[in-house]
Amino acid sequence: MLEIEIDGKKTTVAPGSTVMDAARALGVHIPHFCYHKKLSIAASCRMCLVEVEKAPKPLPACATPVTAGMVVKTHSNAAVTAQKGVMEFLLINHPLDCPICDQGGECHLQDIAVGYGAGESRYREEKRIVPNKDLGPLITTEMTRCIHCSRCVRFTEEVAGYQELGLAHRGEHSEVMPFLGKTVNSEISGNVIDLCPVGALTSKPFRYTVRAWELSRRKSIAPHDGLGSNLIVQVKNHKVMRVLPLENEAINECWLSDRDRFSYEALNSASRATKPQVKKDGQWIETDWQSALELVAGKLKDTVAAHGRDSVAALATPNSTVEELFMLRKLMAGLGVEQVETRLRAADFRLHTAGATWLGQSIAELAQSDAVLVIGSNIRKEQPLLAQRLRQSAKRGMKLSVLNPARYDLLAPLAGELIVRPDQMVEALLTVLKAACEAAGKTAPAHIDLSSIEVCDASRSIAATLTAHSAILLGNLAAHHPRYAELHAAAAALAELSGAKLGVMSEAANTVGAQLIGAETSGNLFASPKKALILLNAEVQFDCHNATEALAAVRAADFVVALNPFADGVKDYADVILPVAPFTETSGTFVNMEGRAQSFNGVVRPLGETRPAWKVLRVLGNVLGFNGFDYESSEAIRDEALAGDIAPRLSNALKAPVAVKAQAASGLVRLGEVPLYQLDALTRRAPALQATADAAEPALRANAATLAGLSLKAGDSACAAQAGGKALLCVREDTTLPDGVIHIAGSHPLTTGLGGLFAPVTVERAG
Amino acid sequence: MTVYVKGIVFENVDFDLPRCWSIDQYIQRGGYAALKKIVAEKIAPEAVIEEVKASGLRGRGGAGFPTGLKWTFLPKGYVGQKYLVCNTDEGEPGTFKDRDILAYNPHAVIEGMILAAWATGATVGYNYIHGEIFELYQQFEAAIEEARAAGFLGDNILGSSFSFQLHAHHGYGAYICGEESALLESIEGKKGQPRYKPPFPAVVGLYGKPTIINNTETFASIPWILRNSGQEFQALGKPNSGGTKLFSVSGHVNRPGNYEIPLGTPFAELLDMAGGMRGGKKLKAVIPGGSSAPVLPADIAMNLTMDFDAIAKAGSMLGSGAVIVMDETVCMVKALERLSYFYFEESCGQCTPCREGTGWLYRIVHRIEHGEGRPEDLELLASIGDNIAGRTICALGDAAVLPVRGMLKHFRDEFEYHIANKRCLVG
Ligand SMILES: Cc1cc2nc3c(=O)[nH]c(=O)nc-3n(C[C@H](O)[C@H](O)[C@H](O)COP(=O)(O)O)c2cc1C
Ligand code: SF4
Ligand code: FES
Repeated sequence: MLEIEIDGKKTTVAPGSTVMDAARALGVHIPHFCYHKKLSIAASCRMCLVEVEKAPKPLPACATPVTAGMVVKTHSNAAVTAQKGVMEFLLINHPLDCPICDQGGECHLQDIAVGYGAGESRYREEKRIVPNKDLGPLITTEMTRCIHCSRCVRFTEEVAGYQELGLAHRGEHSEVMPFLGKTVNSEISGNVIDLCPVGALTSKPFRYTVRAWELSRRKSIAPHDGLGSNLIVQVKNHKVMRVLPLENEAINECWLSDRDRFSYEALNSASRATKPQVKKDGQWIETDWQSALELVAGKLKDTVAAHGRDSVAALATPNSTVEELFMLRKLMAGLGVEQVETRLRAADFRLHTAGATWLGQSIAELAQSDAVLVIGSNIRKEQPLLAQRLRQSAKRGMKLSVLNPARYDLLAPLAGELIVRPDQMVEALLTVLKAACEAAGKTAPAHIDLSSIEVCDASRSIAATLTAHSAILLGNLAAHHPRYAELHAAAAALAELSGAKLGVMSEAANTVGAQLIGAETSGNLFASPKKALILLNAEVQFDCHNATEALAAVRAADFVVALNPFADGVKDYADVILPVAPFTETSGTFVNMEGRAQSFNGVVRPLGETRPAWKVLRVLGNVLGFNGFDYESSEAIRDEALAGDIAPRLSNALKAPVAVKAQAASGLVRLGEVPLYQLDALTRRAPALQATADAAEPALRANAATLAGLSLKAGDSACAAQAGGKALLCVREDTTLPDGVIHIAGSHPLTTGLGGLFAPVTVERAG
Repeated sequence: MTVYVKGIVFENVDFDLPRCWSIDQYIQRGGYAALKKIVAEKIAPEAVIEEVKASGLRGRGGAGFPTGLKWTFLPKGYVGQKYLVCNTDEGEPGTFKDRDILAYNPHAVIEGMILAAWATGATVGYNYIHGEIFELYQQFEAAIEEARAAGFLGDNILGSSFSFQLHAHHGYGAYICGEESALLESIEGKKGQPRYKPPFPAVVGLYGKPTIINNTETFASIPWILRNSGQEFQALGKPNSGGTKLFSVSGHVNRPGNYEIPLGTPFAELLDMAGGMRGGKKLKAVIPGGSSAPVLPADIAMNLTMDFDAIAKAGSMLGSGAVIVMDETVCMVKALERLSYFYFEESCGQCTPCREGTGWLYRIVHRIEHGEGRPEDLELLASIGDNIAGRTICALGDAAVLPVRGMLKHFRDEFEYHIANKRCLVG
């Protein structure tokens, strides 16, 4: 340890620390622009110049290593003179258009200028003007304001994993720009808005809406993927205006995915339902809550009475809150109905685990693994920030391998890769298991049949990376797989054998919470016809594994009540629409993939007559005359729903063995990924996200050989057909796919005519 | 024009011989004898470094850092890849010596690098050659091939277990790529931008590995030192300025060119060698060490000896040895405008004081030159200079300020005249 004195305060720091590190530890603020704790050191803005005893010149705190006995002065004459000099340089070419700048009020340059700038400028030459750049639908530019700190450039390269911005040209002509004709397309690109210390990069959707100081800041939790990013939701006049990260090193660090950052736009969308509505003779009629709830209560009670309890079921999305799901389950229990399901995109319900499936460890622990094998996940699109963490770990030497149905680019160094058809993922995993068995001289559990499995080099090298300090992770493509139980069982056996931890990266914000309260009881609800259905937040055409089957089921039902913030998605098949609050308009709790329960409050009041779903369900219980429906608050519900420690109720261990056996591949198989911005109702309605490259229309994608076999070429139109339905799509070549794989995204209006996400598919040229 | 007066780099070189650069000619001049001796006698690397230290050789690239000492900065006991880099980026206005070394005596550089490799344990070297001298880059490649064919370069040099690979690499003409760490970035295929130091290249250099980087003339001096002795080299010059040096004399002289002379030679003698002032005009000022060295007025210059200490004492620097001679017709405001424009255009732009300050300096001088000067401009120039110098990542910031300071110190009256009268004092 090295001793250092800064502004008279003494501390000791580890060798290799910089003066900036030491100052931060001491709570001494040194002005800075280019320095950022998560980025490499550029030492280029020179704002952090400080006086160091015995050094002939002021030194940049961010880049100067601490040496023993160093004495630093951050506010001495010499230091302040140097800092003021730099500030003057930064301001001479800066437009000083603060009154019309979106960054006004939250601008580092403005803040520091107040302390260090001169009242009047000595610069009387012409100011530089820099042309703006098109960075895509999320980020707007005012490049004349850029102070060349290069934070955005370093972010895209170092954190997002792929350099999408650069500092082109030299000297005064230096400009931050994307590559020629390209925009910034990273799934975590919006972070450059936070990183930009000035108003050069600002949020496009937010632009010119309000001034930063008019906004109040409220904490919340992201409702999308299983990470549970912590949010600051900024609000004006009961409207969400912007979402920013709330730093939480254990979860999202200081970042947000674009999905978490920009989905708020949907909250203010015109398709929000603001009043209860009932369909009468095919016409939608607005009504009051009391009548609507009485109607619903009556229908449900009557259906159960007339057709038995199995004729009624409830479907909820796994980003419904703990409180909502608990009340839904309780209401169903009151009616005697057992079928409550949140695993809407699952196709295999054979798996029974000893507890709620989860990451198997904390996110922070996972990042420290020696090796990670990801099975069935386009992880950058499923869990953008978790992918970012693993990328940083892989750069530090963690061995990252993947077993996937397409060669997704993780923008991280890979130690091993097995890319196979979706219907051969189990078999591929078995090769790794067999390799691990051979290496360890052990045999697999009896329920796993390895007799026909042939080990290959790739599986051997992946197996070799797995040690006691590693992890095997199952992603959404595994969870949605028709043989998920087998994947999980084989992965569990591999984990057992290698000592690795098995983890499940939960698809949605509350996938773990839903399991904890048992809102996943029935398996495939559509296996038998239903007379009445309750849909909580669910738009079955987008949220279910098999869109055709789901749509047929809701259409066949006599009565469908949809509790949903939006009317347009459910209008086709619902009989009653009850407008319920999205996450910003209700209190609630999500349990993230690491089993962490995170409660949040409503940040704005519900829109129109919207009500929190937990309250709606409580009143329904009251109308039905059930006991135990008198909760005063969502906290009371949560305390009952999650009573006791969560940790002991998390487990990926199999309760009963699942028979795993190799099957042969045949014909064409669909790879039905859920696109990044089709995940849930909010993302589907966020206009800026819908304008990104990731939201491009689904196409029929296949590799060149597969296309040739079908006599198709890129640009053709083709008709894809699956049991019961079809879709007309444009054909594209995709070199990342194995032979025989037809990539057709699910959860999208263009593909709701199709069936299972990983089911066989036939393809014909259209027209 | 290259003129050998007394020295070591061009000793015995017959500039008129078309293939004086070739290996046969070099060997005839005693080339590769030092290498043969060191390999045959297995002279310890430490002993080689000691000899270089004893020579008093100081870096010829501008900073004048003692070469032997620099070589000892490689991490002790380090096992793994080390690199050697020769800096032939030569972009400083007024400097044109290194290209003549490559033109007439490239094997001295090659042998110097091989010897340095022996001394430092580097196994791979690069010579980074300025983009505008492409023919010399090609010729250097040919010279490398000759050395390799003769067994001086490559695997198992002269049958020993010592191996060293040398590659030529050409830049595209950015001045900043002559700054050692920008040069390394450029070799790595990145934008030529200086790195913050520490860590210095000797510790974290090319591809993150320990790297010794020296100027072309520095390397070209090594064979002579090891063939003769450090002491003899030292004795050629002055204390603290050992040896001889190439001076690139340009400007208003009758015979501009490179002059190899002992360090400590009076400037007046050098001016004579260069044929004296052109057209019999009066000497007005001299920039003694490349465009970044502060200008010195004639009276100081005429009493100056050309060595590190004397020039520093006079308030300027020996730098790369580029001597720019200006006669009485030169307008110092115009001269500074040109100089400032160069640094403004060549700033890499990463650090704030240099990116913003060099343009500001240039614009003010430009205004003064064009009759739009303001009384407060001279104070402002000095103050901007103070805010740049010593506060940047690399020395380009200082290089931009020093000419301004020199001009304001010695020719302030001309600037004041320009501002007051909106015209030139000179013409
Ligand atoms: C802006 C700038 C440009 C430079 N250009 C050159 C150059 O063209 N050639 C050179 O040898 N050194 C140049 N240098 C100096 C190098 O950084 C370095 O000090 C030198 O190559 C070391 O070699 P030496 O010790 O043999 O002099 C430059 C330095 C700066 C700051
Ligand atoms: S001083 Fe100038 S040239 Fe050197 S790093 Fe800074 S901006 Fe680049
Ligand atoms: S913060 Fe240290 S140089 Fe920019």
